[in-house]
Amino acid sequence: MSLRSPFGRVKGLGAAHEGVHHWWAQRLSALALIPLTVWFVVSLVSLSGADYATVRAWMGSPVVAGLLILLIVTVFYHAALGLQVVIEDYVHTEATKIAALLAVKAAAAVLALSGVLAVLDVLFGA
Amino acid sequence: MVARSRPLSPHLQIYRPQLTSVLSITHRLSGVALTLGTLLLVYWLVAVAAGPQAYEAATGFIGSWFGRLLLFGWSLALFYHLCNGIRHLFWDMGIGLDLPSVYRSGYAVLAGSVALTLASWIAGYGVMGGN
Ligand code: HEM
Repeated sequence: MSLRSPFGRVKGLGAAHEGVHHWWAQRLSALALIPLTVWFVVSLVSLSGADYATVRAWMGSPVVAGLLILLIVTVFYHAALGLQVVIEDYVHTEATKIAALLAVKAAAAVLALSGVLAVLDVLFGA
Repeated sequence: MVARSRPLSPHLQIYRPQLTSVLSITHRLSGVALTLGTLLLVYWLVAVAAGPQAYEAATGFIGSWFGRLLLFGWSLALFYHLCNGIRHLFWDMGIGLDLPSVYRSGYAVLAGSVALTLASWIAGYGVMGGN
């Protein structure tokens, strides 16, 4: 016998009220991060000791700028989802938990936006 | 509440650390460390956009011994989290879940993340001509 109500079973969202969406989003963002982080580290290695003009020219090329924006957005999405799980595991006071979750989401949004704007500035700037 | 002061499962105080549990918590620690590392990433991107002086300041910091230490830690955390993340994704597909495989992939992740970190730094210093 299941202890879940028929309505709860039909919605299929489980105890966290959101079903498997979070789980899938974390895996898909992880999958996308594999090539993106490898590309980024290889780029950083090849830029070791490069001067300002070289780095700026690199960042200002459309393909690099596009990949950087993808990387930034995916990293902050993945990190926010990940930190959410960490907070839910360790913070058990409802008010503190909600405050911490909101703070993480807000910080991730602000940082991601700053990064994207910086890349766009270099891409379209003089 | 008196009940609160009792140790919680799995009784970490008396539990012998094992490869499996240590690698598992390290995935979480490296994830949190990488999240902090994104601050450095955004700082670097903004510095490039802001101009030569800001960029000098950023590379001055990143090139200092402390900056390099942070960067080294970041690269190790990234390679560990990347390798172990791939291990997680195989588990999610139901692959490699028996105990011998879990130990084998665990050692592979350790060796892989150390090797990739060292290789990147050797390559980086090679590109710079030994600076
Ligand atoms: C800079 C990049 C990254 C950051 C900031 C980051 C951050 C995080 C954080 C904070 C967590 C939560 C840890 C936990 O719940 O214990 C996490 C989980 C995870 N990460 Fe990442 N991560 C990054 C890159 C990657 C990459 C490249 C992969 C590639 C496979 C990956 C795969 C995973 C997986 C599979 C999980 C879920 C693990 C679980 O279910 O316990 N991550 N990440």
